[in-house]
Amino acid sequence: MRLSKAWIIAARDFKIFRRVKNVWYSIIIFPVVVSVLFPAILEYLTIRGNHGLAAPSVLPNLLTSFSFFLVIGAAYVPLGIASYSIVGEKVEKSLEPLLATPLTDGEILLGKAISAVIPTLVAMYTAAVVFMVGIDAATFNTLGYYYFPNWNIATLLLVLMPVAIVMSVLFSVIVSSRVNDVRSANSFGIFILFPLLGIYLLSETSIITLDVNTLLIISGILLAIDVVLFFVSTKTFRREEILTKWK
Amino acid sequence: MDLTKKFGTLTAVDNLTLHVNDGEIFGLLGPNGAGKTTTVRMLCCLISKTSGSGKIGNYDIGNKEDSLKIRKIIGLVSDNVGLSENLTAYDNLDFFAKIYDCPQTQRKQNIQRFLEMLGLWEKRNVLAGTFSKGMKQKLAIARALIHEPQVIFMDEPTANLDPEASKTVRDFILQLKKEKKTIFLNTHNLDEAQRICDKVAIMNTRLRAIGTPQELERSVSGRKTVIGLEQEANDVVLRALNKLALKNLVSEGNTITFDVEDPDKENSPVVEAIVQAGGHVRSINVVGSTLEDTYLKLVRK
Ligand SMILES: Nc1ncnc2c1ncn2[C@@H]1O[C@H](COP(=O)(O)OP(=O)(O)OP(=O)(O)O)[C@@H](O)[C@H]1O
Ligand SMILES: [Mg+2]
Repeated sequence: MRLSKAWIIAARDFKIFRRVKNVWYSIIIFPVVVSVLFPAILEYLTIRGNHGLAAPSVLPNLLTSFSFFLVIGAAYVPLGIASYSIVGEKVEKSLEPLLATPLTDGEILLGKAISAVIPTLVAMYTAAVVFMVGIDAATFNTLGYYYFPNWNIATLLLVLMPVAIVMSVLFSVIVSSRVNDVRSANSFGIFILFPLLGIYLLSETSIITLDVNTLLIISGILLAIDVVLFFVSTKTFRREEILTKWK
Repeated sequence: MDLTKKFGTLTAVDNLTLHVNDGEIFGLLGPNGAGKTTTVRMLCCLISKTSGSGKIGNYDIGNKEDSLKIRKIIGLVSDNVGLSENLTAYDNLDFFAKIYDCPQTQRKQNIQRFLEMLGLWEKRNVLAGTFSKGMKQKLAIARALIHEPQVIFMDEPTANLDPEASKTVRDFILQLKKEKKTIFLNTHNLDEAQRICDKVAIMNTRLRAIGTPQELERSVSGRKTVIGLEQEANDVVLRALNKLALKNLVSEGNTITFDVEDPDKENSPVVEAIVQAGGHVRSINVVGSTLEDTYLKLVRK
């Protein structure tokens, strides 16, 4: 497997994405919403002096739950990118000529994965910075200290987020092989968000606390899912399968 | 050799044995569903074979390591153009050239050379998605050639093209032959095969015939003599002709046709017989059977 070859594919995909509005939307919308909306809500609550929700005692818990939305975003963004890049090739039937080149199946799959992962990382890390700054600005007066950065968010961004992105990309690959248009690829892809939304609800209702240990455990579980999805997707993404079974 | 492909219980290609020489234009003919695309895909190592063997140059199509080497020396124009519609013509080619590790200067030269040859250089910065079918097809051909492969597979390269565009593509294929490339062409177009192929094979799951277009034309039935008369042949004329024991004699309207092996010798007694029986000969022609005759006969078997 040659990374340089995968990179050629990813670089071409970036060129294509620049011209596709839907890819832009999926890269931009969710990160903007998370990074702007949540700080704005808190700002609003503090201005209103609503100390029920934004009281110093409950605030840290709330903020951790909010920050989990960055993970959900990280899983959401690649769905739009990967399903476009794979279903799009399917519609254009441009995979067959690509498969006739001396690339291995793994290199093509890796190229597709990179082209979904990199824009997601850029978008989500940017969103994370904006989010942290916004939250700090909105809560400093209430808390008396800057809540971010902390170990919690570091674990979330550097450990959990990458495994969540990989999970979502691989899931998109599998879904994309079975559907014929980008929209249904997206709607099936959304299923991968449900477990994450579940975790968010559990934390919001204080059934679990998203401390560093819990985040690591969640990361471990997602990593296990990644491994399973990896095997399924490499099985799906084989020349012969693509040409004869993909519909 | 004995190449076979089964999809579940359906046998798409059955014990196919072909040999294509270096520098030849080889035409694979067959009706829809005959297994032409499947054959090409097996030869390009895109799908596995069920049994049998095959070689491109010295490389084995069943061998995993060889298959990468094979893909390096071949170019495929697949039955769908499969262009990236959101990339320009130039970027489509540049992408493929990069995959084959062409150095940058050579990449530029080749892209320019092929786009100019196919009349697309002016359109190099236009998105491929906005091209007409013919332009897309040409671009797909340029893409298959960008790494200067020794062997080129083309799956129906002129399907969907207007006569003029088809001619450009055919001329281009002949040009490639001059550059000593080996070309494996799938087509339904018998006329095209006849005009440009050195060798053709007719298949319908199994191989039905293989040879030069001329050999195949002759293989079905020899030539025919067509005699045009002033009026429909009357009984006297027909009786006279029957005495000559001609093969496949048919009298239809004002014409009489029969099989002929050596027209120079066989035709004059026939004309004499007609004249003696009181008929008036207006014209006499010898027609060969066409590749189409052979094709139809073999495919229907
Ligand atoms: N992925 C597949 N799964 C099952 N059957 C297939 C598959 N691909 C091809 N076939 C079958 O194999 C046979 C040969 O198909 P193939 O595409 O090779 O024909 P072809 O000669 O290229 O036809 P055409 O002239 O229409 O392009 C057909 O009966 C087809 O239905
Ligand atoms: Mg075909």
